[in-house]
Amino acid sequence: MSEPVAQKTISVEVNGTTYEREVEARRLLVHFIRDDLDLTGTHVGCDTGNCGACSVIVGGTLLKSCMMLAIQADGASIETVEGLAVDGELKPLQQAFGDHHALQCGYCTPGMLMSAKALLDENPEPTEGEIRRAIQGNICRCTGYVNIVEAIAAAAEAGS
Amino acid sequence: MLLASVEYARPRSVDEALSLLAANPNGRALAGGQTLVNVMKARIAAPELLVDLNAIPGLREIRETDEGLELGPMVTYTQLARSEEVIRTRPILAEVAAQIADVQVRNRGTLGGNLCSNDPTNHLPPVLVAVGATMTVAGAAGTRTVPAEEFFLGVYLTAVGSGELLTGISVPQRQAGDGFASVTIGADGTCIANAAASMNGGVRVALGCVAATPVLIEVPSADEESVRSAVADAELDPPSDIHAPAAYRRQLAGVLAGRAVRQASGAA
Repeated sequence: MSEPVAQKTISVEVNGTTYEREVEARRLLVHFIRDDLDLTGTHVGCDTGNCGACSVIVGGTLLKSCMMLAIQADGASIETVEGLAVDGELKPLQQAFGDHHALQCGYCTPGMLMSAKALLDENPEPTEGEIRRAIQGNICRCTGYVNIVEAIAAAAEAGS
Repeated sequence: MLLASVEYARPRSVDEALSLLAANPNGRALAGGQTLVNVMKARIAAPELLVDLNAIPGLREIRETDEGLELGPMVTYTQLARSEEVIRTRPILAEVAAQIADVQVRNRGTLGGNLCSNDPTNHLPPVLVAVGATMTVAGAAGTRTVPAEEFFLGVYLTAVGSGELLTGISVPQRQAGDGFASVTIGADGTCIANAAASMNGGVRVALGCVAATPVLIEVPSADEESVRSAVADAELDPPSDIHAPAAYRRQLAGVLAGRAVRQASGAA
């Protein structure tokens, strides 16, 4: 029988590192990642599930970490934006965002990158329409999206 | 935003989930969380216990049978949109699931969550009514089946009572075509009005977003005029809100019913 708990020590693997922390049942995954693990690359934009700035990949699934409880991620493997660069070297996808001016204020960028990564992992040669649909859950108020779409297309072409 | 304090349980079986819910009348089942977590943030809902259904085996299955499709309530929109069985047997479900919100929400949001929340702006309730689905509801007293047209009782209210769970959705084989049409705020955004249609000799049309629950209209023939006049005869009294006045929703209901029926009858 699974007994109700108000808090629990959970174990999660984030970008290859295993963390154990006690969390309250009410803790949102995004707050766990940012405040408990100090991985502040994942952003809180709207906190209502609309903007996508908090997007991370949990167990291979792209999701908005403000709409999942940390306690639900017990035992899961999580990828956040910090996991993209290897030894400080930007991934081609990240470099493409810079090269194509796909960010201005940068607030949406971590979520955009994770959505783009999830797309390219599954579909390495997306059409422009597929790219646009893939970032539908990510709001950017600076760029008008055109440069973001170009950056993702360029990363796909470079075999990101 | 912080949630109010809440307890959490992760049962491994439907029976265990039912006992947890029975033991706590202020407990709520947690499916994909794409609605519930947000309403908890806003403190619109403040359950004392969340019974997470994600670890219960079998609730995410999609099975093809001689009668049609057996869908688990924890099937996600992404699963529905991509399932070969769904695309083969009742493709309208896949087509509509692919129009819900965005990738992230489709990856987490579930069929059962969508139906049980019965937000009048949801796409799936009218579709399930039009295709004549049957819901299986489990509780302490055993299981019962409820036809889709009797399942939706009011805004955010369904036949799933306190201490019960939706455990299965049966969708019959299609006799002919199905259709769906909607007008939303932006692509795949909040719904202003929608309509689903299914041919079965006559046509079953279910109108969404014009009342607390889907409005089922049986039309004897698929010609545009019959459909429009059947919708007019239904004397819809839709709500006015920030997105659309009642008169506009009423007008859209007729237009969208016509489009859904055109698709269902193969004329679109």
